[in-house]
Amino acid sequence: MTGRKKLVIDPAWCKGCGICAAFCPKNALEIAGEKVRLKEGGECVACGACEMRCPDYALWLEDLEE
Amino acid sequence: MPSELVHKYLRIDHLPHIWCAGCGNGIIMRDVAVALQELIDDPEVPVSRDKTVVVSGIGCSSRAAGYLDFDSIHTTHGRAIAFATGIKFARPDLEVIVLTGDGDCSAIGGNHLIHAARRNIGLTVVTFNNDIYGMTGGQYSPTTPTGDKATTAPYGNLDRPFDIAQLAAGAGATFTARGSAYHARETTELIKQGILHKGFSLIDVYSVCPTYYGRKNGRGGPVEMLQWQKEHMVPAATYYAMSEEARRDKTLVGVLTHTENPEYTEQYAALVERVRAQSGK
Amino acid sequence: MTPKRILMQGNEACVEGAIAAGMRFFAGYPITPSTEIAERCAQRLPQVGGRFIQMEDELASMAAVLGASVTGVKAMTATSGPGFSLKQENIGYGCLAEIPCVIVDVQRSGPSTGLPTSPSQGDYMQARWGTHGDHPVIALSPSSVQETYRLVIRAFNLSEKYRTPVIFLMDEIVGHMREGVTLPDPRELIINKRHISYHDGANKQCYAVPEGEYVPAMKPFGQGERYNITGLAHDVSGFPTNNNQIAGALYTRLMEKIDRNLDDIVRVEEHMLDDADTAVVCFGGTARAAMSAVQQARAEGMKVGLFRPITVWPFPEAHLRARLPGLKRILMVEHNYGQMLLEVQRSAADRVPVSFLGRVDGTVIPPDDILRKLREMEGNAHAK
Repeated sequence: MTGRKKLVIDPAWCKGCGICAAFCPKNALEIAGEKVRLKEGGECVACGACEMRCPDYALWLEDLEE
Repeated sequence: MPSELVHKYLRIDHLPHIWCAGCGNGIIMRDVAVALQELIDDPEVPVSRDKTVVVSGIGCSSRAAGYLDFDSIHTTHGRAIAFATGIKFARPDLEVIVLTGDGDCSAIGGNHLIHAARRNIGLTVVTFNNDIYGMTGGQYSPTTPTGDKATTAPYGNLDRPFDIAQLAAGAGATFTARGSAYHARETTELIKQGILHKGFSLIDVYSVCPTYYGRKNGRGGPVEMLQWQKEHMVPAATYYAMSEEARRDKTLVGVLTHTENPEYTEQYAALVERVRAQSGK
Repeated sequence: MTPKRILMQGNEACVEGAIAAGMRFFAGYPITPSTEIAERCAQRLPQVGGRFIQMEDELASMAAVLGASVTGVKAMTATSGPGFSLKQENIGYGCLAEIPCVIVDVQRSGPSTGLPTSPSQGDYMQARWGTHGDHPVIALSPSSVQETYRLVIRAFNLSEKYRTPVIFLMDEIVGHMREGVTLPDPRELIINKRHISYHDGANKQCYAVPEGEYVPAMKPFGQGERYNITGLAHDVSGFPTNNNQIAGALYTRLMEKIDRNLDDIVRVEEHMLDDADTAVVCFGGTARAAMSAVQQARAEGMKVGLFRPITVWPFPEAHLRARLPGLKRILMVEHNYGQMLLEVQRSAADRVPVSFLGRVDGTVIPPDDILRKLREMEGNAHAK
């Protein structure tokens, strides 16, 4: 079983379509300057919905380092 | 440094891909990669990376073959299924996945689609069905709904659209399913089922083309188009729990047909054995 | 082992030769006068552990052959005029992606449905220029059933060696003719195996060639190589490129791999040409009538010889040029409106006048017509 995860964003891969932000169940993401970022105080629960629907593979979950 | 999946199963040197911002194709390509990864990682399943071949035709969808890190062949317009038939028939031990679009597989390649389905040859066809010709700039395709606009239908499309999954099922496909860009997890599962199915499988995945189809038809951007899929396309468990009345304007995301019939290359192998036994070789 | 002599049709000899060459995959669509090739493949391939499939159309047949070939199997399709037209796009794919295969075209009278299935050699130029864009072509044309057997083996050998589709340009005359054929001992045959190389890992430079070489080794699918094949202009790694220099280098290499190996590829039959002042140029089934006419002309005292291209593309230009100093005239005889004629005229330049005898009504050209033409040419020369 996988352990705890964290969200990683690579703005270089983001084309700013906004899909991740629109379908984030916690409304934790936003597009600023045509790039995605975590909202200030945004509560990401590492559910992976954004990774699953990002057409450009600009954000993903990684295992939290111990 | 993108995710492990992208590193491992996509050709990172050739990414980011050429598709527009918000194009559903990127989501569907990921579904395919995840489906393959999960099958390859599953020790119970005989899918191996080295024995998987990805075949595509021409169009936006068909660029996907070059991005997936497997043996891959980007063929001619409409002929992906015919090339794939040659590959599968020559090497039945290979897992052959065809990535195609609505135009590629149901217009110029429609004949190959129905005949591969009829033969029940063990290919897995995933359509990136965006209702439009994207690569050439927004002409109507065989799945463009009647009345919708395209650059070659400036006054509205007169044609009636194909339902590609039903077309394949009618032609004898033994596994057909429908997915959507929005329903990524469900679609991934359907692709996995299609790959594991022995015989011809087709997973018709509704993509979104915000650049041409969306703009021409006032459907908004990628978010609005995925929102439409979220509201109008319903995974099987929910769909079958709904009343017939409630289903009327909904589309099922799930398996449409699933039957077991002899697979073509296995039948041919049996034929070869029969012939060789008769000729005493 | 004493060689076996059996009665065989040209189309059947084509299949037997192909099987001897190692062909184990056939995809086709029925069309007269090539259909016997598909029928015999359907019967024979399962016996030798090969595979036959009748596809839904000609386009699919060509595509399936290319698909099979990338898995490492020697593959063939067979067709006739209308089907040859339909296969052209994918033949071009095979040229660009460098996928070996043999395409048999048993020519019939065209254009369109034409005169099915009367003999013709009307696809000569199509064999060269049928697909769009500049591309390399090798085409071979047999003139007897015996030669069909041997030459189709050569077609496979050249296809494998140069990693390119080879057109086997038969005609109805040879395809449907029955003759005694001596089948050689399989051990005597030279069969080119595919030049295969493996790397340890993925996405290597699968189209790279060592300095001074032109043909990259091929890697079959399903071996963990994980490489890409495309019909787009590509770099040495097999991925699409828009770089004009890289694309230009690719196209140049594709042409040069043929052009720089003409000595190996081009074959002709030259008969009684050493003292001849007149050469009859003729290929395929029609060359039999030409040979007969040449022999009769010799009996009448005319100094006539036969020049028969066996490799019809690339046209044996150097071979013909070498004969020009002794020649006063050339007669091109072909079963069409004048196609190879253009190549002969180009090769002869203004040095030797070229006359033409052709036919497009679906009937064969009899030796007497050729003889009459030769007499007429000789008479005109004396009248001058």
